[in-house]
Amino acid sequence: MKTETLEAVLKTHPFLGGLAEHHLHSLVSCAKNVRFEDGDYLSREGEQADVFYLIREGEVAVEIRLPEKGGIRVDTLGADDILGWSWIIAPYVWHYDTRAVGVVRALVLDAKCLRNKSEADHDLGYELLKRFAPLIEQRLSSTRMQLLDVYGRGAS
Amino acid sequence: MTAPDSFLPIPALIRSVTRETQDTFTLEVCPERQSAFDAFEPGQFSMIYVFGVAELPISISGDPAKQNSLTYTVRGVGKATNALVNSGRNDWIGVRGPFGRGWPMKEAEGKDVLVVAGGIGLAPLRPAIYHMLAHRELYGRITVLYGARSPRDLLFRKELQRWRKAPRIQVLTTVDYGGVSYRGHVGVVTTLFRRLRLDPAMTIALACGPEIMLRYVTMDLESRGLTQDDIYISMERNMKCGTGLCGHCQFASAFVCKDGPVFPFRSVAKWIHKYEV
Repeated sequence: MKTETLEAVLKTHPFLGGLAEHHLHSLVSCAKNVRFEDGDYLSREGEQADVFYLIREGEVAVEIRLPEKGGIRVDTLGADDILGWSWIIAPYVWHYDTRAVGVVRALVLDAKCLRNKSEADHDLGYELLKRFAPLIEQRLSSTRMQLLDVYGRGAS
Repeated sequence: MTAPDSFLPIPALIRSVTRETQDTFTLEVCPERQSAFDAFEPGQFSMIYVFGVAELPISISGDPAKQNSLTYTVRGVGKATNALVNSGRNDWIGVRGPFGRGWPMKEAEGKDVLVVAGGIGLAPLRPAIYHMLAHRELYGRITVLYGARSPRDLLFRKELQRWRKAPRIQVLTTVDYGGVSYRGHVGVVTTLFRRLRLDPAMTIALACGPEIMLRYVTMDLESRGLTQDDIYISMERNMKCGTGLCGHCQFASAFVCKDGPVFPFRSVAKWIHKYEV
């Protein structure tokens, strides 16, 4: 993996495509590179959602923990995906466990930092919400399709 | 097939029955007269007569280059399909066909091909994949996205592994429910689109699966820049005669058995979201 500045990584990430230079610059001060080893947790259900991730490499399992069964994977995220939108919605609590499957490289963005910047600059906040709203819609849509059990007996 | 004898089933001997999953089986049959099936198109279907039970439409799932035998992959979900999958080696069935329009293999030449399959929808797409692998130089990059209910419901697992090793082909699978120990991809088949780097101007998509899945797949493909002319879907309706005469499989102004089962998405797009069409 070649070394790039945080700004360059943010600038080329599809999720942030079209974001104004000064907004990208604002994000840089809230971002840092992180690496997770296989099995490391990126988030734990019930904990404070003080960050979100732009995944750069690797795969992340989104899991729900069931008593006596352990984590059931309900979704899989990979390169260029966004992990976490609980940081936008009060009370800012993670709803799922997320765990690295193999090595994962990501950018982590400090949510408190971003929330403060968004309060101070509503244009930045609006730009971020315009990107997160479709993401939430896509995840909801996928979840509904999963619930339909479309491949089950007699489902079609 | 529109010849006068298209209503006459050809006796066919079942050569083998292979269990694919708990409820899905692949039958290899040998018709007494093969000629009509010698040049079946990937995506076409047959009417299969289970003597004394019913006649049912089943897509051909085998290699179009293979002579003297036909392959069908069937999921036992009702009386007729269960009777078929419970048939044994050396039992006889009747076959009519092949019927309908298949996948646009000619139009796909020179393009990247994206294959999107859900559940047993991989069966009608398998002949297209065989064809492209046998004529590899005619096609660009091939991507197969396959979603199933659970890991144990994935069809053709050995072949999926083999295809992964072929040149310029990417095969990604996903399941809706992985269970506790599953380490593969979990999520509906459209979540695999996020893994793709499509060149929409160079890509043709072939999709088959439950109709609700197709609605989401086509919406997603259009949002990624494919036009309705570049997307082909295989529809399922209650096919009976196979020749467009009886009207059982009417879908808007088309008959799925004759004008489909494979349609360019543009020709069905305005109907696919309408109820009771």
